[in-house]
Amino acid sequence: MGNRTIVPFGPQHPVLPEPIHLDLVLEDEKVVEAIPQIGYIHRGLEKLVEKKDFQQYTYVAERICGICSFMHGMGYCMTIESIMNVEIPERAKFLRTIWAELSRMHSHIMWLGLLADAFGFESLFMQSWKIRERILDIFEETTGGRVIFSVCDIGGVRKDISPETLQKIVGILQLVEKELKELTEVFLRDTSVKARTKGVGVLSKQAAFDLGAVGPMAKASGIELDMRTQGYAAYGQLKFKPITDTKGDSYARTKVRIKEIFQSIDLIQQCVTLIPEGEVKVKVTGNPSGEYFTQIEQPRGEVVYYAKGNGTKFLDRMRVRTPTFANVPALLETLKGCDLADVPILILTIDPCISCTER
Amino acid sequence: MSILSMTKTLFKNLFHGPYTTQYPIKKKDYYERTRGKIEIDIDACIFCSMCQRRCPTGAIQVDKANSSWSIERLSCIQCNYCSEVCPKKCLHMDQQYTSPSFGKVRDEYIKCTNTQSQGES
Repeated sequence: MGNRTIVPFGPQHPVLPEPIHLDLVLEDEKVVEAIPQIGYIHRGLEKLVEKKDFQQYTYVAERICGICSFMHGMGYCMTIESIMNVEIPERAKFLRTIWAELSRMHSHIMWLGLLADAFGFESLFMQSWKIRERILDIFEETTGGRVIFSVCDIGGVRKDISPETLQKIVGILQLVEKELKELTEVFLRDTSVKARTKGVGVLSKQAAFDLGAVGPMAKASGIELDMRTQGYAAYGQLKFKPITDTKGDSYARTKVRIKEIFQSIDLIQQCVTLIPEGEVKVKVTGNPSGEYFTQIEQPRGEVVYYAKGNGTKFLDRMRVRTPTFANVPALLETLKGCDLADVPILILTIDPCISCTER
Repeated sequence: MSILSMTKTLFKNLFHGPYTTQYPIKKKDYYERTRGKIEIDIDACIFCSMCQRRCPTGAIQVDKANSSWSIERLSCIQCNYCSEVCPKKCLHMDQQYTSPSFGKVRDEYIKCTNTQSQGES
């Protein structure tokens, strides 16, 4: 048995976009155990539901996370709509799907850049973020914001996208697809990239299931877990199959995310073909009374929203179970037995979003 | 297996100019929907306080007695909720963002009933 040391990792670390602290118990260069600690960016957003009325809270829900902000807003709105028995227009469902898939694309492309940054491939990082900029421009043109969109509302969406803009989006996505094919070749074929990801942090199917992994983490281990198959928003009318892999290592997780980007492009193209004409919002009257929980698929995996209304404009309780929180036990499992140098990559392969987790 | 997978991109970038916008020299073109900052047409305002009640961050203050409408620019989150609920449609979103400031600035607009001027501080 070698010397045992404890190396503190984070909360401020060059590879971490957001603060999480891990105490790594090392035996020479191998990690024996990792003890996580969160709570550095808790903002009390769930408590704020008592101070802001349920319509104002839409803007708070969007600000839970800066990357999947649209999906947070959408999840919250879907929960309240279910409590109040509001059926939103068909066009609004398709628009929500388009924005949600664009969010998934920009999140995954950003993640690819961060992964490249984690193993020191700076030019690859720059190229990824260059492509992501095109998606952010689409957001700015259609919603008015690049990160926080403020378009999702209880009863539908607040802005429509014209048919010409939809065709323009399809054109931009074709260009993005071409550029991405070149870029993802590097992630999947380059020797130096493969050396850092292949066989690193293997999570077996059984372990992923037992530890409750979600999203690409579970899909890369062979679990077909995708909340979009439940058919919320317009997903019920689109043709797609959850992307899975069997290897369960960092390379498989990268592969799943890359395939999901291309799948998102396909889903948006399907949406543009199928989108019906009509209204985008229905008027909502009254206050929510009752409780409901919604599951939706975020870029990082399944997220659960729970809301309880008491008949007044202030909700009793609002709870979010975020995918990163569900993936932390799986991360700790993959860290056991890995090299210290692989820790940054393993942390990144769960695509950590700490501000979601702590809210 | 490949070790020269970035070559194509490398050559492309060699002959391509910078992808970033050279900001102070070249100004950014905003889109029609870009949310910059809230502007008010104070002459049309009836001081109903609807915007103040609906503002998620409490950035807006309406004083009916003094006919004034004020907004704390750094608290505003540009959600556009106030302009949607305004019954007189006197609020609108400007594409240009708020200019940088050293501290919290409250922009105050006063409706002058007997003169033509409009106050701003």
